[in-house]
This record gives sequence, structure tokens and C-alpha cells, in this order.
Amino acid sequence: MSPRRWSMRTLLPALAVVALAACSPATSEDTGASGTGSAGSGGTVTVLAAASLTEPLTALAEAYEQDHDGVRVALSFGSSTTLAQQIAEGAPVDVYASAGESALDLLPADAAQDGGRATIARNTVEIATPPDNPGGVAGLQDLADRDLDVVLCAETVPCGKAADEVLERAGISPHVVSREVDVKATLTKVTLGEADAAMVYHSDVVSAGSDVTGVEIPDADNVTLTYPLLWFSTDPDVVGFAQYVTGDAGRAALEKAGFLAP
Amino acid sequence: MTPRRPGPTRLALLAPAALAVALVVLPMLGLLARTDWGALGTHLRAPVVWPAIRLSVLTTLVTVALCFVLGTPLAWLLSRARGAVATWLRALMTVPVVLPPVVGGVALLMAFGRRGVVGRPVFEAFGVSLPFTPTAVVLAQLFVSMPFFVLAVEGAMRSVDERYDAVAATLGASPLRIFTRVALPLAGPGILSGAALAWARALGEFGATITFAGNFAGTTQTAPLAVYVALQNDPQAAIALSLAMLLVSLLVLGLLRGRWLR
Repeated sequence: MSPRRWSMRTLLPALAVVALAACSPATSEDTGASGTGSAGSGGTVTVLAAASLTEPLTALAEAYEQDHDGVRVALSFGSSTTLAQQIAEGAPVDVYASAGESALDLLPADAAQDGGRATIARNTVEIATPPDNPGGVAGLQDLADRDLDVVLCAETVPCGKAADEVLERAGISPHVVSREVDVKATLTKVTLGEADAAMVYHSDVVSAGSDVTGVEIPDADNVTLTYPLLWFSTDPDVVGFAQYVTGDAGRAALEKAGFLAP
Repeated sequence: MTPRRPGPTRLALLAPAALAVALVVLPMLGLLARTDWGALGTHLRAPVVWPAIRLSVLTTLVTVALCFVLGTPLAWLLSRARGAVATWLRALMTVPVVLPPVVGGVALLMAFGRRGVVGRPVFEAFGVSLPFTPTAVVLAQLFVSMPFFVLAVEGAMRSVDERYDAVAATLGASPLRIFTRVALPLAGPGILSGAALAWARALGEFGATITFAGNFAGTTQTAPLAVYVALQNDPQAAIALSLAMLLVSLLVLGLLRGRWLR
């Protein structure tokens, strides 16, 4: 055998193992943060938050870490539903922020009894299109055009439920080509230009900047979600970060990211 | 020889070995333990299950057929090729095995998406776009499973003695005839196990599929995607579907027994 001739007997099973192991699903940030410990373990605050909060909470966590020496804020973003499920299954968490209240049903009833709860923001649904708006979407009614490829969030996650509610109330059934696992995945299909329109949150359109064009939905047809923030312990770092997010700094960051005041 | 008592060396090996077994076996037992056996039939009839299984079966069969049609000639050429080009080609064909599937999905979007290198001219000329179609599911599966097929078949064809080629050639057989009458039959078992490996990999495909093909029941939501989404609102349906896939995996392994488990 020449040296560059790979032995199939050794290579293939090894490769098979590598590849089959690599095909397990992961949430957008994976669960890397959850392993790092819970309240009181060396000043790490573990935060699980709705994907739509990615930009403001990332900024807030960085600012908080800079102001508080030795405190680390570990963030993990995903669909509120997936994260609530992970918490219910025992994922380490100190702070949880959900888009809308529906995912809270998945948490144990007494989950936040040692900590607290506050509403940090509100959000509405908005249509996002690629920057050049190839489908010429000007309003909600245009989504009824069967030639448009529309992407929504999965029925199970808050942004999908909200989009379904808006569409149902307007009596529109668009040509939906995909239902993505969270709002950022939904938005990505539009920023990449693969879909003509997606229904996401107003804040996502703001965060995406020039990568998308937003088409607003009038209040009368829209739904508003509130964003509850739950913290699960009395650890000073945890409470400190929760207060930071619910306080003026948090309010400012959330409004800058396109969220409405609670 | 008297039976040896487990000495410290033996124990030192036994502990990690047992842990390795536990790491692999416990999750599967967990799946069985959390299954609601009494209601399994009901859960298997959940609306998410059947379209996903049907799509998975259809797309993976098409994938394996294409692997055979396209991959076998490639494997044959590689098995008889000498020189740098073949070496590089072989390495290139192996990349998807080690590439994270999500990256594969992104790469597929960049190539075949509506704005992709190949996808854009096709979309502009014919108005056809691949993402969000069952064809995209097959492409994603082909990308991840073709290497397994080609490597396995090439290995089998290498072991076909080249003197057979020479003898067939002296008897006047054309290269094509040598391929179909000599190489194919002799590499038959290798082709079968390559097909089984490719099929198993295609069946488990998640990352590239959800990234490139999206997630829509009946169109692009394969069984692994359905498991992931169902876990959010119907965990028992997710478990039932997982169980079905575990069963299929065991079946494939059973068919491969004697080739890989010897």
C-alpha cells in the first residue's frame, strides 16, 4: 500500500462516528453557557433569552461586565419555547427573558418564587423583506399573493404564534415556504434573499438595519407581545443584573434596539 | 492458566470503558424510559409524524439512488487513478464528512440559493429557486452522504485486483464494460455497505437541511427536523418519532452486521 492510500477499514468507521455525532441539532447559541454554573458560582450570571433580545441583551451584558469586576454574564439565545423547555428539564439558569407570555406556561409554577419578575419591553409584528423588496410588498394584504415566498417562525414559538394570529385576523393565508425555529433564523432567510417576506418583530427589523426593509403592520391588525424577565435566585449578582436590565440602562438599550417601553 | 484476578491495571481500564458504554447507552435507555408506551400509537399518529417519515423515506431513497448513479463512477475512477489530482480530489470529497452540517447548509445556500453562484442565474433565467423544496432536502443529504458512499465504494474497488481489468481488456472489453461487468459485481458488497452508510447519514441529516431547505411540514420537514420542532409543543410525539428513528437505525446496523461489526 502506498503511504497516501488511506486504509478504509480504519478511516470509514472513524469518519462515520465523527459525522453522525456532528448532526445533532443545536440552538442558535448552543447550551455552552448553561454548563458554566448557576447562582453564586464564581459570579457567573447565566441568562437564557428570546432570540429577539440578542442585540440589546448582548450589549447590556457587556456593559454590566465592564462595570462589575469579576462578574461574568453568560448568554444563550434561542426560541423562548426551547429555552423554557430547557429550564423545565433542569438547565442551569439565573435569568430568563421570554418573548410573550406563552412560553412561561412551560416553566414550573414556582420557578421564580425565590427571585422575581418584571416586564422589560413590548414588541409588535412587522414584515421584513430583502432590502430591494423584490416582491413589492407594501402591506399585510400583499402577503396573500401566492407568488411570494413567505417565511414564518414555527407554530410552536412566540413569533410564529404572533404571526399566525395577525394573519388569521386579517384572513390572509400566504404561501409559506418555511417555518423556522426562532425569529433570527426567520429573519436570516430574508437577509440572504431566499424569501420574499418574513414576519418577524419590529425590533428585529430595527436590529437588522439596512439588511432588510421593514413593512409595518397597522396597530389595528397587529398584536403586541410583552417581554417578561424572570430571575430565579436572590444572589446579588443575579438580582443586580436583573435590576440593570429592568432599570434605565436596560430601558435605553431596549428602546435603541426597537423595543417599545413596557 | 489460572484466571487472573482483576488487578489495578485492569480496573484502571475498566472504569473508563464502562463510562464510555454508559455515555452511549444511557441516552438510548432514557428515550425508552420516557416513552409513554400505552399512548405510543396515538403519538405516532400525531399530525407531525407521518408527513415527516414519508418525506424522510422518499428523500433518502432518492439520495442513495443518486449516490449510486453519480458516486460509483467517481469511486471507480478514483480507485484506478494515480497522481496528485486523484489525491486532492479524494481529500476534497472527504471534506463534508468533517464539516459541520450547518456550514454545509450555508455553503449550499451560497451556491444554490436564490442569490447563490449557481442559483442566481438559474432563478433569473427560469424563475426556479431551490431552497424550501424537497429537491433542496435531497441536495443537502447528497452533500453530507456522498463522501461516505464514494469512500466506501472506492475502498471496495481498490481491493478488486487490477489484473482482472487487464485480463478483461486483453479479451477486448471496453473500459465501460470492465466497469459494469468486472468492477461493479466484485465491489457489490462494498457498494451495499456504502449505500447503507450514506442512507443512514442522509436520514440523520439536520443542520444542512434546516439551513438550506428550511422547515415546512410535508415539503422540507424531515423526521429529525420534526423531532426538534415537536419537542417544543408535543414532546411525546417527538419521543415517538425518535423511537421510530432509533428502530430504523438498529435495522440498518443489523443489515451492516458482519461488515462493520465483525
